[in-house]
Amino acid sequence: MATAAHQIAWRHDFDRALQDAAAKHQRVLLDFSAAPM
Amino acid sequence: MYPDPRVVQFVESQFVPVRAHVKENHEEFQRLGAKYDAQWTPTTLIVDGAGNERHRIEGYLPTDDFLAQLRLGAAKAAFSEGDFAAAERLFNEIVAAHPATDAAPEAQYWAGVSRYKATNDPSALNATFQKFQEKYKDSTWAKKASVWGNH
Repeated sequence: MATAAHQIAWRHDFDRALQDAAAKHQRVLLDFSAAPM
Repeated sequence: MYPDPRVVQFVESQFVPVRAHVKENHEEFQRLGAKYDAQWTPTTLIVDGAGNERHRIEGYLPTDDFLAQLRLGAAKAAFSEGDFAAAERLFNEIVAAHPATDAAPEAQYWAGVSRYKATNDPSALNATFQKFQEKYKDSTWAKKASVWGNH
């Protein structure tokens, strides 16, 4: 079972995430999911 | 895939992670699904800061294969940005760290291309051809590199 330490801090505002990624010279990982939350 | 600590560590260190969930945030799932033509779950995209898709992973993969694909996405993004030295390093890391995955022969191919793009030295392509004689020689990527035998 996953523990809190093994959780990704998913974000849900894609457009804001793009801005942050550009500012940090990172990329966005966009996950289309139907997994139980 | 995502509960694995290796995946979590890699995602958190390399990417800004965004989830579009089919039920929990359906409108965003629909909007982004239309924008990127994502019609199945799980679909994982590596997108650069300008919104350009650089890599796509469709369907479930075991952890090692998924990690290799994430690394492939990071390497392809570096390549697309013209950072060929970084791309070569990242592609070579995939071959070293995930040698038994489908991503490895693809990475071996693109490592050679990256070196060629960085140096303009055709011997980089011949060296990659030679590598395919030793490793992954039955892969599609070995076929693609077969034309480099005379460089």
